[in-house]
Amino acid sequence: MTDGMIERLRYDVVILGAGGAGLRAAIEAARPGVKVAVLSKSLLGKAHTVMAEGGMAVSFGNLDPQDCWQTHFYDTMRGGKFLNHYRMAEIFAKEAPDRVVELEQWGAVFDRTPEGRISQRAFGAHSFRRLAHVGDRTGLELIRTLQYKGIHSGMDIYQEVTATHLFQDGAGRPTGVFAYHRQSGTFCVFEAKAVVIATGGWGRMYKVTSNSWESTGEGAALAMRAGAEMKDMEMVQFHPTGMVWPPGARGLLVTEGVRGEGGILLNSEGERFMLRYDPEKKDLSSRDVVARSIYKEVQAGRGSPHGGAFLDITHRGADFIKRKLPNMYDQYLSLADIDITKQPFEVAPTIHYTMGGISVDPETGATSLEGLFAAGESACGLHGANRLGGNSLTDLLVFGRRVGIGACDYAASRQEWTAPSASQVAEAEAAALAPLDRAEGENPYQLHKDLQELMGEHAAIARNRELAEAGLAKLEALKLRSKRLASPGSRMYNPGWHAVFEVEAMVLLAEAILQGALWREESRGAHWRLDFPDADDQGFGQANSICRLDGDEVKLSTRPVPQMPAELAALFSSGQLPVRQGTDQGGHS
Amino acid sequence: MAEMRTLHVFRGDQSGGEEVAYEVPVESGMVVLDAVHQIQATQAPDLAVRWNCKAARCGSCSAEVNGHPRLMCKTRLDAIEGEIHVRPMKAFPVIRDLVTDVSWNYEKAKQIEPFAPKEPAPFTMYQRDVERSQQFRKCIECFLCQDVCHVLREHSAKEQYFGPRFMIKIAELEMHPMDGADRVPFTSHQAGVGMCNITKCCQEVCPEHIHLTDDAIIPLKERVADREWDPIRALFRKPAVR
Ligand SMILES: Cc1cc2nc3c(=O)[nH]c(=O)nc-3n(C[C@H](O)[C@H](O)[C@H](O)COP(=O)(O)OP(=O)(O)OC[C@H]3O[C@@H](n4cnc5c(N)ncnc54)[C@H](O)[C@@H]3O)c2cc1C
Ligand code: SF4
Ligand code: SF4
Ligand code: FES
Repeated sequence: MTDGMIERLRYDVVILGAGGAGLRAAIEAARPGVKVAVLSKSLLGKAHTVMAEGGMAVSFGNLDPQDCWQTHFYDTMRGGKFLNHYRMAEIFAKEAPDRVVELEQWGAVFDRTPEGRISQRAFGAHSFRRLAHVGDRTGLELIRTLQYKGIHSGMDIYQEVTATHLFQDGAGRPTGVFAYHRQSGTFCVFEAKAVVIATGGWGRMYKVTSNSWESTGEGAALAMRAGAEMKDMEMVQFHPTGMVWPPGARGLLVTEGVRGEGGILLNSEGERFMLRYDPEKKDLSSRDVVARSIYKEVQAGRGSPHGGAFLDITHRGADFIKRKLPNMYDQYLSLADIDITKQPFEVAPTIHYTMGGISVDPETGATSLEGLFAAGESACGLHGANRLGGNSLTDLLVFGRRVGIGACDYAASRQEWTAPSASQVAEAEAAALAPLDRAEGENPYQLHKDLQELMGEHAAIARNRELAEAGLAKLEALKLRSKRLASPGSRMYNPGWHAVFEVEAMVLLAEAILQGALWREESRGAHWRLDFPDADDQGFGQANSICRLDGDEVKLSTRPVPQMPAELAALFSSGQLPVRQGTDQGGHS
Repeated sequence: MAEMRTLHVFRGDQSGGEEVAYEVPVESGMVVLDAVHQIQATQAPDLAVRWNCKAARCGSCSAEVNGHPRLMCKTRLDAIEGEIHVRPMKAFPVIRDLVTDVSWNYEKAKQIEPFAPKEPAPFTMYQRDVERSQQFRKCIECFLCQDVCHVLREHSAKEQYFGPRFMIKIAELEMHPMDGADRVPFTSHQAGVGMCNITKCCQEVCPEHIHLTDDAIIPLKERVADREWDPIRALFRKPAVR
């Protein structure tokens, strides 16, 4: 097939990803006269976001009127161990209430308080009850609302279309993407003035993960290959409570909502061990702390039969549990034959979220490459070294909107179109077809499995120098194998072929994670170094890691963490939690 | 040695196809989707299947297991006696293997008038008033109800009936306390609620246990009947919530 036969479409803004971030961006960008395309490798409404359970964090103060944006900001920075970009956290905490109300305006139906306002639940390391939620299916509510808003907002949505390459002009600016229709296997070039990456995280790089099939990081890899800067890649979140048994369900999330609604963690001796590790926040301590505590209990021989801890919520009663946590009830009953209203159940840490990602400008979501933007889990800056539960869904709304505006404005400022050249397209096509033509080659499923094993051993919850170095050495062999991936069969809906693009992306991102894990000689948030068990606030704690691709090599450099202006810094120096004064004004929704 | 089981999986496309038998080693608690992944990883890398969450949340992995519309990620092997046959949903054209063309659903979705708030949010709404809407909003769009509904499945009456999934979509909007639009004539005419003859098959297969027929379709039929028999009264009021 020659370029002459490849379809070319032209859009002002092309958005990769139809999760919460991509859809919110598209709704904002699709102004009259602006042509917007959204590409999604799955069907509409199925994105990873649909899995989110517990809720979205927003300081309405509907139940706790002292809550305000300052408290939310404070919790977010503290949770992120001050590696966050303060300006992102500030924008986020300030704009969250408007974004969530807007969702209600578009049809979302949140659980209510007795006064008829949006109800809010407690979650780890949030000082107040803060998570707007719908039972334990908040992600579904978010995506369905944006999906049905989106289809009436004048954007073109391309379902089951996967982007495999980003085209650039001589100055490195994106000129479009190369993509293929999974159903037919045919190619398509989307010419664009601005490209937004909203393709989510890469938790699938690990075996034990709560993440959906989609989280394989292709968008982040596209950005990295194009030369964009990646930040804090070593920061990968372990959620303390994933399912442990049966084997097929291992890693599946047990929402923090279980602990938010009163569940407690016990070791094999029946001890509520979180009282020892964090007497103040107990079972609702931040995720990094709870995950490490479970890990330590297991190491000390006090783990559950399958190597985890017990979670017990039976004291809340069957009615309450079924109403507040219906999916959890169903999940354990149907998959593990366990009735969580009657007995404690086993949980263990699972890979959950990637805090690191494409470095972005807080105001517009612009990356280090002019014309390329990013938002959502693929971007980096808001969460620092540890994301608080519920902060991601709100992140998607706040920065999805901002990146939509940023990309739209940028596209408007670009007068001329630069179309990808015929030779660029031919090259992208050849690269995409290569795995189908290779008679002998590596099985992408096997390489994926080997990568998962490597990451599980060398970049997991407990790290040290030897592990990271050995991991990088082992990765060299995988990198070579990833250049010889083969996928027999036709082009029509061929999952093996699709897996090739995913595995190539993950191998690239894995190197950045391992390099970051080796470089950061301290323990901070999700990054726990056994050989450097303490935080180094004056040294490593002042720096973000930056990874860039230089030719074929991943190069790590560092950059100082942006310093807060005095009025924000003051929130942390008083030694007191900043709260809303005059509590009668609380609760504006 | 692990216990082995045989899965007979449909392989083919629009031009035809047949079931192919694959032997799979069984782990405890394994679901059909695990077995399909096993086959993909070791025997047939190009076996086409949709899935995203493997947690019964996204509604991607719909198929027919021994003739029953099911989510593959929620169907345990140890719950199936004897042979295991996995085929694509019958009500939609097959693309390849277990993947079907469900685009018709997305076209119907677009034709329904979206949420039309009567006033700007934030709303004051009570839990008891939003419960109906919330029940329908649990829908994961797996389209298993569409697959099982005989109107679409046997009679291919896709021009006349939107199917149960979109009846609850309409009901969800109509029963939203703050919605100001009127979709009753649409429900009767374009969406064709009259085509449903209340067999309740849809609510039996729904993995989200939504009471499609009892809580949505029957009330919608009542609203339509109410309106069409009593046009004068209908002029003066929009059907009340619930
Ligand atoms: C089980 C679970 C529960 C969670 N619960 C919560 C919670 O309660 N609260 C909270 O705040 N957060 C929660 N999270 C985290 C949160 O859900 C995610 O971080 C968030 O949804 C990510 O959204 P996103 O828009 O960035 O990307 P995603 O939702 O991951 O969407 C990515 C999109 O990109 C598309 N895509 C990917 N690659 C390509 C490509 N190459 N070409 C074209 N399209 C592509 C995909 O098809 C998809 O549409 C949870 C996560 C999990 C796993
Ligand atoms: S009850 Fe109606 S919608 Fe449901 S399956 Fe029967 S005919 Fe179809
Ligand atoms: S109503 Fe139930 S069966 Fe129908 S699409 Fe929704 S979740 Fe699936
Ligand atoms: S894979 Fe999501 S419902 Fe089965």
